Parts: sequence; structure tokens; C-alpha cells
Amino acid sequence: MLAMATRFAVPCPWEKSVENLLTRDNLQKWAPLLVLFALVLFFSIANPNFLSMRNFARISILSTPALMIGVGVTFIILMGSIDLSMEGAVAVCAVLFATMFTALGGSLAGWGWLAIPGALFVGALFGLINGLVHVGLKIPSFMASLSMGFVGIGLSLLITGGDRIRVEDPLFRSLLTYRLGGFPVMVYVALAALLIAGFIQGQTKIGRNFYAVGGGEDLAHASGLNVPRVRIIGFVIAGIFYALGAMLAVAQIGIAETVTGRNLMFVSITSVVVGGTALWGGAGGVWNTLVGVLIVNVIGNGMVVMGLPSYVQDGVLGLLVIIAVYLSTDRRSLSFVK
Amino acid sequence: MFELQKVEKKFPGVHALKGIDFTIKRGEIVGLVGENGAGKSTLMKVIYGAYQHDGGQVLVDGRAVRFHNPRQAMDMGVGMVFQEQSLIPNLTVMENIFLGFEQQFVHLGVVNWKKMATAARQQLDKVKLSIDPATVTSKLSFAQRQLVELAKVLTLEERVQGDLVILLDEPTSVLAKEEIELLFSLVRDLRKRASFIFVSHRLDEVIELSDRIYVMKDGAVVDVVDGKDADVASIQHKMVGRNISKEYYREEKQKPFDAAKPLLEVDGISLAGRYNDISLKLHAGEVLCLVGVEGSGREAILRTIFGLQKPHLGQVTLKGRRVETFSAAHGVECGVGYVPRERKIEGMVGGMTVYENITLSQMRNYSNAGVLEIARERGLARDWIKKLSIKASSENVDCANLSGGNQQKVVLAKWRSGGSDIILLDHPTRGLDIGAKEDVYDMVRDMCGAGVGIILVADTLEEAIGLSHTIAVIRDGEIRKWYDCPPGGKPSLYDLIHYMT
Repeated sequence: MLAMATRFAVPCPWEKSVENLLTRDNLQKWAPLLVLFALVLFFSIANPNFLSMRNFARISILSTPALMIGVGVTFIILMGSIDLSMEGAVAVCAVLFATMFTALGGSLAGWGWLAIPGALFVGALFGLINGLVHVGLKIPSFMASLSMGFVGIGLSLLITGGDRIRVEDPLFRSLLTYRLGGFPVMVYVALAALLIAGFIQGQTKIGRNFYAVGGGEDLAHASGLNVPRVRIIGFVIAGIFYALGAMLAVAQIGIAETVTGRNLMFVSITSVVVGGTALWGGAGGVWNTLVGVLIVNVIGNGMVVMGLPSYVQDGVLGLLVIIAVYLSTDRRSLSFVK
Repeated sequence: MFELQKVEKKFPGVHALKGIDFTIKRGEIVGLVGENGAGKSTLMKVIYGAYQHDGGQVLVDGRAVRFHNPRQAMDMGVGMVFQEQSLIPNLTVMENIFLGFEQQFVHLGVVNWKKMATAARQQLDKVKLSIDPATVTSKLSFAQRQLVELAKVLTLEERVQGDLVILLDEPTSVLAKEEIELLFSLVRDLRKRASFIFVSHRLDEVIELSDRIYVMKDGAVVDVVDGKDADVASIQHKMVGRNISKEYYREEKQKPFDAAKPLLEVDGISLAGRYNDISLKLHAGEVLCLVGVEGSGREAILRTIFGLQKPHLGQVTLKGRRVETFSAAHGVECGVGYVPRERKIEGMVGGMTVYENITLSQMRNYSNAGVLEIARERGLARDWIKKLSIKASSENVDCANLSGGNQQKVVLAKWRSGGSDIILLDHPTRGLDIGAKEDVYDMVRDMCGAGVGIILVADTLEEAIGLSHTIAVIRDGEIRKWYDCPPGGKPSLYDLIHYMT
């Protein structure tokens, strides 16, 4: 019952009375969104500067790479697995993207655009290996992906030799610099990717399979689903979104390096969980992740606007995860937690 | 000595217990029966302390008590032997017996295993089980585990002043006939030490064992019957408010099957440790029942036919084509549908909606290049909700919120809507109440009429006899005897048991 509670795919039955709307399930379903509004309200009152178009644009720019990573890992968490390889995956994708981009002439106007599908391919390949290690060698996903993350970090160091690769093509940087309606283009790119993710989640066979595997793996198997294949495809899709996130991160700062992916693991998983996707799979989705990413970044930005030091922010985020997991767990049905 | 007076229990929207009066005297065996949802399990939970009553009184030896948790109930001598096996499989027998009460064997923080083993052996003697207390529990048979659970509850004898009340929740559901007899004689012996509350779906067993029988319906006790003058039909009548007719198993709808149309041929398959040299044929419109005790190999045969387990020897032919790859995906592709015993684990995904569950095995037919056609899925689900009269307010309802019978219908709808014509039913009526069982029997007959072949592992022998065209009696992994079961010419229970044991 938790599952439906957090899946936004089913429209809310408006014809029901207000009393019915205030059920525990509904509260749980909409809680992340309410928290987001409450936070915006709180920071707006605390500092009027928070409530400005420029500040919202800033929040959205910071959110885009994390959103892409978060969306990728959402699919994995929906299956009841976990992926901790994103920092390595982002490093490899970012560095290889920049290398290809530079080698192909260094401009989107020329052959440089080929680096984009190239990077997406690298991400997919990285995810494929991740999935094969997890499924083929039967290594728990958290261990397989954690190791793959280190492999990715090492690989990116090998490629760059520890150097930074600058990407200064004005056309590519216009992802950040060119604004439509106050928001840079990269925000729209991320939203488009989010829509695609939403489509995969709600309208495709593989999306349904993610929920089935997360909701009951044995059952999915007994219904004739090829569960190992579903898992591997999940990791491939996640890898593609990591690659997208990597490129947006490069566009944001104009530099690709080993540390491009730093901190993204904690932020993305925090966002997924805070958004209301269940860690044991089967419930939640990418819309939850959008809300989660915004919550995390609004808190970060709000505290900066209020002038709090960064270590306070890290502490607050950590607490937030604990609170979110606490609130989203239906303890009536869960007697023991390992 | 143990008494409930006008006990009430309410949940949001449900009045689960309505003024229950319940008495048990020293050394008595009291039966508790009722359809699913009648309030039996709620009542039991109040008795062993998992729920707190919110009206009336619970009296132990005339004193009003209130159990805040099962541990407190145990301290007052009330213990529960759980229906689902509550032993931890990776611990040893003695660790399980004294789980939570190890303190008595601890000296300076170190457990004295020898002492614990001796004490455990003493408990096991009470239930006449001679196994090494250091055995890992997962190695035991179901019957042995059941006895260990009983032994665990009997440790209360040493710990508690006064008399014991022991609840037995469906203790016979996983036991074979002779094991049941053993359990019953044991319970009769133990009444010197304890009173028993015996809860079961099997009325004949309740009648055989109980001194008095409480019949529950809709959260209230509708009658208390003396064990000596009880009979199954009248109790059933009180439970459901209607008579169960001779047509219970829909025998009048049993039509001869089409012997010219074999759907499935199994030729000499063997799987070490499970079954040996099994050959059988299933035809369109046939119900073939595999009868045998728990562990005789019935389930393993089903799993092989579905493709979950590859046999070491022999071959399986589905609709004229020999099966080369054993996988669930291949079985589904060939039109085999498997309705497993554990609905919650392998039958349906709780958290997914009715329509999502129904199309789970056939998403290929409801998707185009990987994109789902959700409108068509919903239409299909609506059709089947109507066809099988599934009680769900819409196809968007979470399956976890349906009752057991309706969940079973969703599982059947899943396979039938996908065009499966070989259906494997493993205990399809387990845990269902009588009305829901009848629905399942109707569905079985309807499926046969539509040319579906069914392999059934029935919940009871009566069910097996009533539903089948053909019965294969299995013992120790081998088919010992075949019976043809035309309406009017069915074998008796005795015939079957003779070859089962």
C-alpha cells in the first residue's frame, strides 16, 4: 500500500471528500511536496532575497546535474538494488566527453557534437559492465557498484593524468549562459530528460518491470520475466542518465576532471530518498526524485542565503535523510530492519 | 481459569470483535472455528497479547488482566504456537526453544551450552521428539518444526506459576495424516499440563479433538457446540449461514476430457532427492490431481513442468514440442500458468494495481516497441473483474488491499487472460473461506469447459477427489497408483491414504 501511496502515476481521485484526502497514504504521498513548499516559505520569510528569479535560476542550475544522477539511480532503487558508482561514472563520462570533444575540433558547431552521443554511449557501457558484474557474478549491487565507482575514478585519473580539461566552446557553454525566460538552457534540457524518464517509468514495459522486480522479485520471475535482463537494462539506463548529468556538470563549470562527480553520490541518493522513493524498491519514481532534488538544493541554497557555513549544511542534509526514511517507512508492516 | 467477558475490539472502520464471551477450563481443549474474516485471528491476538482489547475484560483465575505484549501474556501462562513457522531457521533447535530466555543458562556472560542442551532435551521429551538439540532448525521437517514450536511454548511450564493456555493456530495445515494423529495424541496427553485453544479450517479435526467448539461469524460467537454432538455440516451451516450442498465441488459440471488432445506429456523425469521416473499426460479439459503427503514431490513436479527446475533425466513435451530450455519465461511462452501456494511471494505483487498484476506475464501483448498500451490493459482488467466477479472497486486498486479469495482470482485472471491453457494450481484454496473456495471450484470447471488442462495439488483430499478427472497418488517421489475419477465413480479417502502412506 505504500507503493501506490508514493506513485504519482495514478491521478488523485478528486471526487472523493476532503476527509478521504487526508488519509495516511495521501499524506505520505504528498508529504515531500508539502515539505518543499514549507521550505520555500520558510526561507522566503527568513530572507526576502531568497524569493527572486535570479535565486531560483541559481537553485535550478545547481539542481540539474544532481537531478540527472538522481533520476538514473531512481530506477535502480525502484528495483530494490542500489547504485553507488555514480561518482566514478560521472568522472569517466565527463573526462571522456571532454577528450572526445577536444579531439573532434572542440566546437559543437563542427564535429564536436559527436562527443555527446559518444559520452552517452560511454555511460551506457559503464552501466552495462556494472550490471553484468552485479547480475553475472552475483555480487550484491551495493558492492558491485561501489567497486565500479572506484574503477571509474581510477580510469578518469589515468586518462587525464590528474589534469583538468577545459571545455570553452561558447556554443556548448551557452547551455549555461543562454537564458530562456530567466532559466538557462541546461534546465530545459534536464526537464526534457526528466520527461523521457517519466515516460520510461510509466509508459514502457521496462518501467513496469522495474516496479515488478522491486515489488516482488520471485513473483516477477514466476511470471516469466527475465529478471537478470531487467536489472542489467536498469543499470544501462542509469548509466545513460549519469552521462547526461556529467555533460551538464561540465557545461556548468567548463571543466572536466576526476572530481567532477564529487559529492554527487550523497546528494543524488539523498534526493531520491527525501523525495519518497522506498529504499527497498517497488514504490516511488522520478517525479519524487525531482521534488527530492529541489528540497535538497533549496535547503543548501537557503542556508547560503542565510549565511550559514557549509558544514552545517552537510549536517542538515544527513539529518534530513534520517527523517525522510523514518517518515516514509511504514513501521506497522516492518517489524525488523537489517 | 481463563476467561473473556464481553471483549470488544475495534479498528478504524471495522468492528472486529463484538462482545466475545469465551471460557476455557483447566485441561480443556477448545476449538475455535469460523470463516476467514470472522474474527478468529483478532481474537487469538487479543488472547496472546498482540492486540489489546478496548472493551470488556480478560480474566486469568478470576483476576482482570491486560496484556500489553505477547511477553506479558507468556508470563501469565498464555503461549502461542504459530501457524506460519516462527522458528529462526539458521539457529539450532535449543537456541530457538530458549530464544529470549537464555539468561538462565548464562554464567558471567557466557552461555553454558551443555546446560541448555540438557534443558532443551527435557522440553523435546515432552513432545516425544528425539532429535539432537544442537541440530540446525532448517534441517528439520515441517512436522518436526511444529513439534519444536510446541516444545518452545511448553517451556512456560517451568517459568510460570499456575496453568498454561496454549493456542494452536492451524497446526495441522503442513502435516501429513499420520503426523496429525501424532500431534493429536500428544495434545491429549498434554492436557494434564495445559489447556489448548485449537484453531483450524479443518472442521473434522476440530471436532475430533475438541471438548467444546466456539463458532465465530462476523466478529461474534454465534454458537458454542459440545465436541461430542458436533457434526461438520451443522457447524459449516452456522459458520456461513447456509448449507454446503453435495454440489460443493461442482461435480455435476465435470465433463469428460478430450483424450485426443494431449497438452502435456511428461516422460520418465527424475530429479535426485525430489522425484523419480514420473510419467504423466494431461489433456484438454482435464483436471489431473497429484496427491501425496507434504514433501512427497508434488510441488517439485509442478515446478519442473513450469520450467523452474530442470530434471536430471527424462523429457517434457508441451503441445507436441519437446522442452529444451527449462525457464519460467519459456513455460509462460508455451502457455503454462503457475498459481503458487504462497500468493504473497510468487502469486501477485502487492503494491501493484490489479491491472498491472494481470498483464505482468503478458506485457509483450500489451506493448508496442516497449511502450505500454495502458488503456488496453485497463480494459482487459475491467473485463476480467466482471467475468470472475472480483470484488475490487476498480482496476486501479492495489492488489495488497484485496482479500485472499480476490487475490487468487486476480492471479487466475493473469494466466487465463494471457491464453494459458495449462494451469498448475498449488493449493489454490489454501487460506480461503468457503465462499471464496466455491468461486475457485467454479473457475476450475469453467476453465476445463474452455479446454484448459489443470494440474492440481489440492489443499485437502476431499477437494482432490471432488475436482479431479484423474488422480496420481505419489509417495516418496514416485507415482504409486492412478485413479480415474468420473462423477459417481470416485475413489474414497481411504483408497488414497492407503497408497500415500
